[in-house]
Amino acid sequence: MLSIKNLHAGIEGNEILKGINLDVKAGEIHAIMGPNGSGKSTLASVLAGRPEYEVTEGSVTFLGKDLLELSPEKRAGEGLFLGFQYPVEIAGLSTINFIKTAVNEVRKYRGEEPLDSVSFLKMMKEKMALMNMDKALLNRALNEGFSGGEKKRNEVFQMAMLEPKLSILDETDSGLDIDAIRIVANGVNKIKKEDHAVLVVTHYQRLLDFIVPDFVHVLYKGRIVKSGGKELALELEERGYDFIKNEYEVEATA
Amino acid sequence: MSTIEQLNEKMESLQQMEDGSSLKTLRHEAFSEFRKNGVPTTRHEEWKYTRLGGIMNKDYNFSLDRHSISKEDFDAYRLPGYEEANELVFINGFYSGEMSKIISEELVVMPLERAAAGEYENIITTYLGHSRNYLVDGINAMNTALMHDGVFVFCKKNADTKHPVYIYNIQDARSSNVFSQPRSLIYVSQNAKMQIVETYITIGQSESFTNQVMEVVTMQDARIEYYKIQKDHVQTNAVSTTHIIQQERGFAHAVTISMDGGIVRNNLNFIMCADHGESHMYGLYFLQCNTHADNHTIVDNIRPNCLSNQLYKGILSGHSTGVFNGKIFVRQAAQKTNAYQSNKNILMSDTATVNAKPQLEIFADDVKCSHGCTVGHLDDEGLFYLQSRGIPETKARALLIHAFAMDILEQIYLDPIRKYIDQEISERLENE
Repeated sequence: MLSIKNLHAGIEGNEILKGINLDVKAGEIHAIMGPNGSGKSTLASVLAGRPEYEVTEGSVTFLGKDLLELSPEKRAGEGLFLGFQYPVEIAGLSTINFIKTAVNEVRKYRGEEPLDSVSFLKMMKEKMALMNMDKALLNRALNEGFSGGEKKRNEVFQMAMLEPKLSILDETDSGLDIDAIRIVANGVNKIKKEDHAVLVVTHYQRLLDFIVPDFVHVLYKGRIVKSGGKELALELEERGYDFIKNEYEVEATA
Repeated sequence: MSTIEQLNEKMESLQQMEDGSSLKTLRHEAFSEFRKNGVPTTRHEEWKYTRLGGIMNKDYNFSLDRHSISKEDFDAYRLPGYEEANELVFINGFYSGEMSKIISEELVVMPLERAAAGEYENIITTYLGHSRNYLVDGINAMNTALMHDGVFVFCKKNADTKHPVYIYNIQDARSSNVFSQPRSLIYVSQNAKMQIVETYITIGQSESFTNQVMEVVTMQDARIEYYKIQKDHVQTNAVSTTHIIQQERGFAHAVTISMDGGIVRNNLNFIMCADHGESHMYGLYFLQCNTHADNHTIVDNIRPNCLSNQLYKGILSGHSTGVFNGKIFVRQAAQKTNAYQSNKNILMSDTATVNAKPQLEIFADDVKCSHGCTVGHLDDEGLFYLQSRGIPETKARALLIHAFAMDILEQIYLDPIRKYIDQEISERLENE
């Protein structure tokens, strides 16, 4: 589904990703872990098409298409979803209006008819129940004055509404207490379907207690330095990132 | 004969008119003020960014009267919700009773001249021309010196006026340039409520210049909402003054929407001359092409315990120019004043300009005052967020601009008017 080859990217001339290789297949859950500043969020941003990042080398194909050629909205249309680490607050734009516009634009891109109000409301009710969302939030301005948990829940709710093929969750657990993490993770698990892949970007192992990954990759200094199964996350939790750093530095100097 | 010479001649001849001593005296004084000050140039501090010279140098047809527009002409321009509204119509600057429609029993409407000569003489003497104390320039004086066929609106005590008052300033520019000077005084009695919507319409493709003055008095516990809509075509220029005098616990809420026109200057004054007054003023200037919109506000806190809040927002594209000049006076006696002011602008092109100037003059020591101003571009992070959800860039921009305008739109409490403006904004965004 997603194939990243030798990806180099940076911002304002500073190279942050220095040759990422990663393959994600339908139905898989991958976790990207790593210490602060290793390039985790950059990877998520580059995949979603954040304009300030520049790709200098390498390729990314998503469902057979050259992802890097597509604008952010087309990537969404193709089925890519980025759950933001810091969801943006937009005063004056109601959450429901935003989601309805997004759903219908994505449908349009996919050659489907826009949803009428009745079908949209029906779909929304289902997904809201899935996420335990408070209906009052939908009539409020997008993310404005939402708590950290509400914002992240809203991200996963949007993901449910847009029905992506690949979801990238960028530090979805940051700033959340354990109850909020559980709610968000449950939402992700309920939405997850056979053909849906998830890339979880996280600093801590605790989210992975709830969203159990098939693969764990450790990113350090812009490269994936170690990959393994879910037990790698536990090992990291126990030993900290230092052992990765030490191993890597030894390798690099050897 | 130049426009200024013609204006002088008209003022001169109006001096001879016998229509109640207060009007006569006012006109007389204003005429000498006009002769002393002349039309303000950009050397005048309050007119630094707005140039009237080009407007005054044009030729105008001064013979147009109130009969040049027919009912059928007017019908095409009525604002949404007019069926349920009182409608006051000025044609070429002259009040037309014939075209106007009064459906609220709580309102008494009559020509200024008649009011000045009858039972409302005291009100006229006390309040008419009050704005000249704050707008010391020839342009305000010009309107007063030429005051003729204006209107007086009296809203009765305790009236809960259900029907709003729509005021249309219509100019007939079908065959020649037109110069109009509407004048009105609105008196809202104790504990009465009233909603006013004012708009400007130029019919025809020649140029128009409207120099309009409206003075409003809110008596004790009275409440007024005032909505000004400026969407006239590019060949139209206007200096539009709304001067509100507030007595004890008077409440005033004003929203100014400027979307089109040539050169538009708004003066909005709140004179809080008694305790516990409350004023809110909101403005949206959503400009394109070469439109120049200048909003000058004055809040004068004379007595203690008053609150004023202003929020003006600008969205500017093309070669448009926005000016915001907000002046707040807090007099020595006006302790416990709360006065807030905020001006936010988004520039959509490299050729659009904003000039913003807050002016606070505070002579009391126990007050809360704040002001702030921002000029920027559309938020990139917001744009990316919307795009990442599949919304194409142009549509995402439109949604963000609409969202930016929303907190001004929400201040229009009259549903048909709010929906109408909302629709106009959406349409413009779709076409951009």
